Amino acid sequence: MPDQVLEVFRYLPDSEAESRFDKYEVTYRDNWVVLDALNHIKEHLDPTLSFRWSCRMGVCGSCGMMVNGEPALTCETFVRDYDTETIKIEPLTHFPVVRDLVINMDDFMEKLPTVSPWLIRDQDDDPGEGEYRQTPAQVAHYKRFSMCINCMLCYSACPVYGLDATFIGPAALALAERYNLDSRDEGHADRADVVTAHEGIWECTYVGACTEVCPKDVDPAGAIQMLKLSYALDWAKGFVMPKGAES
Amino acid sequence: MTKELHRPLPRSWWLRKATYFQFMIRELTSLAVLAYTGLMIWALLSSSSDAADFPEFFDFLTGPLSVWLHMIVLALALFHTGTWIALTPKVLVLWRDDERVEPDVIAGANATLFLVISGAVWWLVMG
Repeated sequence: MPDQVLEVFRYLPDSEAESRFDKYEVTYRDNWVVLDALNHIKEHLDPTLSFRWSCRMGVCGSCGMMVNGEPALTCETFVRDYDTETIKIEPLTHFPVVRDLVINMDDFMEKLPTVSPWLIRDQDDDPGEGEYRQTPAQVAHYKRFSMCINCMLCYSACPVYGLDATFIGPAALALAERYNLDSRDEGHADRADVVTAHEGIWECTYVGACTEVCPKDVDPAGAIQMLKLSYALDWAKGFVMPKGAES
Repeated sequence: MTKELHRPLPRSWWLRKATYFQFMIRELTSLAVLAYTGLMIWALLSSSSDAADFPEFFDFLTGPLSVWLHMIVLALALFHTGTWIALTPKVLVLWRDDERVEPDVIAGANATLFLVISGAVWWLVMG
């Protein structure tokens, strides 16, 4: 079995003021992902190492970290795919570090509900009338934007969020578009104030890195550009036909 | 409460990744488009009936410096245009029943339209 050196970011605020990198040499199996290597370190080499993980199968979105400078889910990033001398593991960038590889995700969790990521109806229908039915074509329109697992890799890849943390960010905005495109939803106008605010879609300069790192192919950059078009058209309609826009 | 560590983005962030670098190049090439727009405004002002500096402007336009600048601006403007044509499938999402029209088809249609219109303008001016 081959060996690999992992260079792991350490930050222990209770005992040290500065962060550092610790090196661990692990003998790994061919089917090991980076998360397996981290669990091996914690179990056999250094029990003080802290990191988040849960499902181990790319669903929960909790094991996102920087692997050799790229945001990645460590549960689906294989050790064998790296031929570098060391694999450098760091916490997701652009978020405050609580300890070692654990970040504070409060900012993301606070922003997510601001885009009203749920079905909004003008009038609540009687549940007795049955479910809202959709055709496969109607589902196809929003499905890719509904695959987000809130792993925050897109926030870590986005330099706009890194430079200005007031930006609502890729995942939350993609979720807004997911509901705007849903044929059962009537909340397009209700989301306008938040989505079109300065911290919303217009803050995005379309770097596109969010889409590149998304493990679920959600394409947040595309969602944001679609939001820009739809809300710009709304504005233009309101400008040309103010009465029509009100009705 | 534990003290959290904040790691601000360094000024050199755009050199860290090819995607960031390409983004910066795309944004910087917009300056070339802006500069050429300025040149066009200068051309219009210089060619108005009561302008006295048209010969001076014409001399500049036909000089080697101007030719080189035009070639550089053309290359940068074409690159800039290409990046936005590549973006069109992100904004213009079309559906044929429950199947999305391939992004390459939309980008290709836009590129073709750009070439046809550019060719028509070329033919009108040079033909």
